[in-house]
Amino acid sequence: MSRRKRSYKTQGVVSYLGEAPKHIGKIKASSQIPGAYTGDEAAAYAAKQCKVDVVAAYPITPQTIIVERFSDYVADGEVDTKYLYAESEHSAMSACVGASLAGARVFTATASQGLALMHEVLYLASGLRCPIVMAVVNRALSAPINIHADHSDMMGSRDCGWIQIYAENAQETYDLIIQAFKIAEEETVQLPVTVNLDGFTVSHATESMKVLSDEDVDKFLPPRKPIFKVDPETPITVGAMALPEYYYEVKRQQEEAIQKSKSVVKTVGDEYGKFTGRRYGFMETFGLEDADAAIMCLGSTCGTVRSVAKDLRAKGKKVGLIKLWMYRPFPTEEFLSAVEDLKALAVMDRAISFGAPYGALCSDVSSALQNTGMDIRILNMIYGLGGRDTPPTTVRDVFDEVLKTAKTGKVKERIRFLDVRD
Amino acid sequence: MSRRESLSERMKLSWRKTPIAGVIFEPGTAVEYRTGDWRMEKKPLINQEKCIRCLICWIICPDVSINRLQKPYGKYEETLEVDYYHCKGCGICSAECPVKAIEMVEESRVVA
Repeated sequence: MSRRKRSYKTQGVVSYLGEAPKHIGKIKASSQIPGAYTGDEAAAYAAKQCKVDVVAAYPITPQTIIVERFSDYVADGEVDTKYLYAESEHSAMSACVGASLAGARVFTATASQGLALMHEVLYLASGLRCPIVMAVVNRALSAPINIHADHSDMMGSRDCGWIQIYAENAQETYDLIIQAFKIAEEETVQLPVTVNLDGFTVSHATESMKVLSDEDVDKFLPPRKPIFKVDPETPITVGAMALPEYYYEVKRQQEEAIQKSKSVVKTVGDEYGKFTGRRYGFMETFGLEDADAAIMCLGSTCGTVRSVAKDLRAKGKKVGLIKLWMYRPFPTEEFLSAVEDLKALAVMDRAISFGAPYGALCSDVSSALQNTGMDIRILNMIYGLGGRDTPPTTVRDVFDEVLKTAKTGKVKERIRFLDVRD
Repeated sequence: MSRRESLSERMKLSWRKTPIAGVIFEPGTAVEYRTGDWRMEKKPLINQEKCIRCLICWIICPDVSINRLQKPYGKYEETLEVDYYHCKGCGICSAECPVKAIEMVEESRVVA
């Protein structure tokens, strides 16, 4: 069996990161204030501390609390933000694009059908290189109508050119939104970012977490410096037509920007780690130093998987977890070095890609493994659609199956639909 | 480098050098796009003898393709000419001319 040997071996939590560069992050947060926040409140609070210039949004369950809290801040005079109450998500995102092009720091939030209605404008935001940050509170798409968590909404707009980050809990939502502005506004990136949090599971559950002081956020995140902006003093043309002679070059450049944003994501994650003690990057791994079998997933489910993996490891089972923060750009190299010693990997998708060979995340995983010579058995698990609960017993079943596959090398089912009534 | 050349040079830019997001940082570049290529069959021809320099065509031309030249002609101090690089041949000037000084002629007619 040929395995690629890499220089950095995986060790413990956030193990793939290796040593943090010494020159990064000389400053440290002066204090951190403990508090109880829901995921939505954490998102609104982060946006407030990031001193956004414009928020244009339309409320939709389960994102509503974000815009409610933010309009409280505006009404109470706690922020100096222009809040636009749009008549639809399509208008909300359009206003965000305009404001961002005028040089403003822009935040918005949506979910499910709202994201679907924005779909057209999402491509304008990335194509016009607007560093907007949007909290997407993941919720199932109609029909049948449902308000609970799954990833169908974001996966439906997967190819919109936005950097896509998934948070596991309220603390990560808060931390990742602050980092998202820094990543988006970096001179070489200039791309919009979504921070995804699972509807209700994260958005409406109150957790204890720590927030930074306003001064510390200011230290970490300086005001936006746009590299170009719409300004009557120096007229430019934005959004001009680009026919076959130009379009392709603009899009190729956009792809380069999102691929190259990986180094920025890493630097910002390291910097935030030094600043707050909570380090981020592309993914967090657990138990991969000796695991034969692992589960890879996004969002809140990672908490359940980690807890089950801890129990199983205590009983001597060699299992692990790969929690992906950064879904786009997909961290191919880092993923490969994380999984190099695995025998089997179960990829859990909380959305169906109808008619496709695998779910969206599993498709990425299997294409990343293509031509690497790594011999890892892949199992695809579809789970939790429309908020269907994924209890520890289900995760234990998945670990049992993936351990069996690691032992025998045989894949019983390419795709399994977990917890669906048979 | 003339503006026309600069356009064709720009068209050869690699994706690395293409301006971010396709932004055009220089104003007024639409003039480099020769929409006169779109003209079909007929083009306007101004009869300098009949023309009274009322400037109605200059005002109403949707493509700003009537040029006022500081070139005396008879009793007039200026001459009106069609910018064939940008005229799309819509014929509005010809229809609106109060003295019928603008005729739509075959594209192949040589204009002196």
